[in-house]
Amino acid sequence: MIWALDIAMLFFLVVAALAAISVKDLLSAVIILSLYSLIMAIVWVELRAVDVAFTEASVGAGITTVLFIFALVRTTGRSED
Amino acid sequence: MEDLFLLAGLLLILTSFLSLYRAIHGPGIFNRIIAVNVIGTKTILLLVLIGFIYGRPHFLDIALVYALLNFIMTIAATKY
Amino acid sequence: MLITVINVISAVFIIVGLFFIVVGTIGLLRLPDFYSRMHATGKCDTLGVGLTIIGLIIYNGFNFISVKLLFLVVFIFVANPVATHAIARAAYKVGLQPWRRQ
Repeated sequence: MIWALDIAMLFFLVVAALAAISVKDLLSAVIILSLYSLIMAIVWVELRAVDVAFTEASVGAGITTVLFIFALVRTTGRSED
Repeated sequence: MEDLFLLAGLLLILTSFLSLYRAIHGPGIFNRIIAVNVIGTKTILLLVLIGFIYGRPHFLDIALVYALLNFIMTIAATKY
Repeated sequence: MLITVINVISAVFIIVGLFFIVVGTIGLLRLPDFYSRMHATGKCDTLGVGLTIIGLIIYNGFNFISVKLLFLVVFIFVANPVATHAIARAAYKVGLQPWRRQ
């Protein structure tokens, strides 16, 4: 019964990844990326790899998002292409 | 009692699917920030539930980290 | 006998908490404007998570894990409204107008 959670979360990941690519605004893409690593950490927890989940959570949602946002602050928010 | 946790987990994932729709579709940036915030709080709960399903107590630390992260992420996004 | 009573009580708490979470998500989807959406999610989510975790604490009985769960509940009850307020202030500063019924 537990595998149903797994499949749902993996499908969630795929949708989040596609969304992160297709979204126009850069800041939204960054936010969806942090969402992606949020769910990814749960998949690690599901697989009982606790320390990996710790690092994924703290690096993925924490540091990466903040760095991207500061990078966005220095450059322009919208993507020209 | 066990399947109640599983049912709760499935329900949480379903609701986060719906809020993912809001995260993708949301007209402006701020709708997306709320969506991610909502999904963040749901994942905290999901973590605790998974910890209970597997009977492993030390998942709670991750949930605590998530609570902090969710907060920091929101503040960082609003600073911009 | 005591075990079933505890189970029933925690089951009730968890179900009520889940109900609030589902209501919060529905609010997020259906409401027309940014501010009304945030109105719904900020409250329902905090309450839903709080109730569910209290249900888990009851199910867990009194030991070290419950104390950690209690910390989690207290932190969420403090941090979530502050985050919601930060978003609202930022949105208002950017000049997002509340929704008027046309």
